[in-house]
Amino acid sequence: MVNGVNLLFQFLDNFAFIVLAAAGLAIIFGIMGVINLAHGEFIMVGAYATTLANIRYGLPLIVAVPVAMFVTALFGLVVERTIISGAAPNWLWKYVRMGLAGGLGRLAALDAVPGRVAGGLEAAAERLPEQPLVEPLYDRLADSMVATWGLSLILVQGVRIWFGNSLDQVGTPVVPFVGETVSPGEIPVLNLIVTNSEFSYSAYRVSLAVIALGVLAVVYVLFTKTDFGMRARATIQDEDTARALGVDTGRTYMATFAIGSALAGLTGALYAPTITMVPDMGTGFLVESFVAVVVGGPSVVLGTTMAGGFLGAISATVTNLMGSTFYGRIALLLTAIVLIRFLPSGISGFVRTIRERRQEAT
Amino acid sequence: MSGDGFSRRQFVTAGGAALVSGLAGCSGGGDGDGTDAGATTDTMSSDGTVTLGVLEDQSGNFALVGSPKHKASLLAIEEINNDGGIMGNQIEYYDPDPQSDNQRYQELTRRMIQQREVDALWAGYSSATREAIRPIIDQNDQLYFYTTQYEGGVCDKNVFAVGPTARQQLGAVLPYLVEEYGPKIYTIAADYNFGQLSADWVKVLADENDAEVVDEEFIPLSNSQFGSTINNIQEADPDFVMSMLVGANHTSFYEQKASSGLEVPIGTSTAMAQGYEHLRLDPPAMANIYAGVNYMEEIPTERNTSDGGFVDRYYEMWPDAPYLNEEAENNYFSIYMYKKAVEQAGTFEQPEVREALESGITYEAPEAPEGESIALDGATHHVDHHMWVMRADDQHNVEALDDQVIEEQFLSNTVGCDLTSEDEETQYTPQDYFEEAG
Repeated sequence: MVNGVNLLFQFLDNFAFIVLAAAGLAIIFGIMGVINLAHGEFIMVGAYATTLANIRYGLPLIVAVPVAMFVTALFGLVVERTIISGAAPNWLWKYVRMGLAGGLGRLAALDAVPGRVAGGLEAAAERLPEQPLVEPLYDRLADSMVATWGLSLILVQGVRIWFGNSLDQVGTPVVPFVGETVSPGEIPVLNLIVTNSEFSYSAYRVSLAVIALGVLAVVYVLFTKTDFGMRARATIQDEDTARALGVDTGRTYMATFAIGSALAGLTGALYAPTITMVPDMGTGFLVESFVAVVVGGPSVVLGTTMAGGFLGAISATVTNLMGSTFYGRIALLLTAIVLIRFLPSGISGFVRTIRERRQEAT
Repeated sequence: MSGDGFSRRQFVTAGGAALVSGLAGCSGGGDGDGTDAGATTDTMSSDGTVTLGVLEDQSGNFALVGSPKHKASLLAIEEINNDGGIMGNQIEYYDPDPQSDNQRYQELTRRMIQQREVDALWAGYSSATREAIRPIIDQNDQLYFYTTQYEGGVCDKNVFAVGPTARQQLGAVLPYLVEEYGPKIYTIAADYNFGQLSADWVKVLADENDAEVVDEEFIPLSNSQFGSTINNIQEADPDFVMSMLVGANHTSFYEQKASSGLEVPIGTSTAMAQGYEHLRLDPPAMANIYAGVNYMEEIPTERNTSDGGFVDRYYEMWPDAPYLNEEAENNYFSIYMYKKAVEQAGTFEQPEVREALESGITYEAPEAPEGESIALDGATHHVDHHMWVMRADDQHNVEALDDQVIEEQFLSNTVGCDLTSEDEETQYTPQDYFEEAG
């Protein structure tokens, strides 16, 4: 039986989950052309940071969330510098190479070393790989997938070794609604009485939909109204020209990756109270986030919003009609298949083509 | 380790050693008494060791629930060794990590049987794992203990399934809840063989107790969002829910139903006793949840909780262990049952040990109250467990409400499996025997 209010709340729940799961991934993919298969593990880092901050260090959840965002952003920064751009290993190699070449040269100059060996040493010194040792992974889709997939394996097993098989879980926080009194220890729920049967919904889960919209608004402002946003968009459109005009594209990439990571961290932080804390919890977000990015297409804000709305609606409706989340899942994946077949550049790509056609017509 | 490259020098050395020891074997047959240089791991157990294989997940998906099994096995082995071993033989064990990977399980099972020639094998958490290695077990006629609670019905001459079956677990908790709350049941279960068969058992037991399953929902193992499931339960408005959810993703259900204000009592065979959700989740997520189990750390028996009892000994050996779960106790007591059987048989030869096990071994397991013991049923290779109904309150304190001995009934009464008279290698399902289960 389809029930209107029920449907609405399930839609909000799905919308929030899809948008929050996909936002960080969409930014990193849309701007840097990097497919981050470790995205789920970035969410896990955020969730673990929140839980540890709350349980081990006693920070209230409202403080633990920004802390987790910061930790994940910092983590993203390290990953970007070492793996994605390769700047850190290259910098290191510059000095290691200089030292090695110098050492080999000096060894070759020693009297005790016979001429043939000395020649070999000098040749070896010259053959040391040139810098940069590591090429950046920007716009190398397949390569970035392999590298980040490896990273995700390391993260899951690393966290398992470090923190064990599970962490204690933070309780779902109290979200008081207007006109509702909350007694201590009680979990407030938004109670709605519909027709003759009673449904209830977690107020916290419902409020996540509001936060998801807030995230989209902030991302929109960031990329359209700020200097950073302008530089970032210039970098996507034409990296060489942007650099010629004085945009430090390396730094833009770095900042973009950190922002994407921070959003993944936020997602992890927000869902930490509702999902079991295990090292491979990130996989639970992976399907929704990738489907949303593929369906959404190249435009970050427009694509993610529309994908979240569209997929959320389909999933909620089918789940409601069939009475099982199993069918909602199937519907979600079928939609993705159909959409990729007919709109290869996603919803936002489709919108862009229509807009361009209309402009040509006028 | 096996399959590593062999250098030529290693090969020559090893070959030489083999030749020398071969010669020594020919000439020195009379004086061989523990003075063997131990170049090879002798497996016929005649010279002072018995070899057990313990394949339990220490990493991967089942690590959370599998590592207590591993730890409790080592506890039993250490206790037995400190106490003089089995018939004077020290237990040697092999415990590589199968990493929750069924393919690795198959490889390791082969290695345990063919290279290590273990005298008995304990292996596997999930039913999928058991079914993956059972053909290998049966090919080699390897004495094998499967200790996880499971859907039931395995009638196999080589397999001793010593964990409680779904019928035993649900049979403890379901009648209690019908009595307490009423006859309308809503079933949620994991969408694979264990969950499906357990849901069938709920129907059979509901029928026997004049109750009714109003609806059931099967949930994919990857699902961790339960909004619609919660609404479905509210719509059906049952007297209680039977939950056979499995794994980390499904654990999210309990927190989500609590924060949505769903307050229906829940009976379960899977929550708390395996993955200690009552300790991992913030209260009141597990409030009003009733578990039908043969063992939990909190079971109030003398052997379990007294000073120097099972719980004390476990944490003394493993101070950092998070919990002592249901299956850990099953590994523990079955190793002791094995010891008793060997001593009764007077040999480590597997056919004789199997016969001794089938003669009806009993053991004073931690799950049984003082003065009682649990019995291995020789005909079915299952255990007549002492079952408990355990309830968590809104502070997650666990109390025992009810306890009784529940026998394995499906194989013995319904199917008529008798492994003492007929060798079988089958798993029977309730659909074959009960109309309600179809």
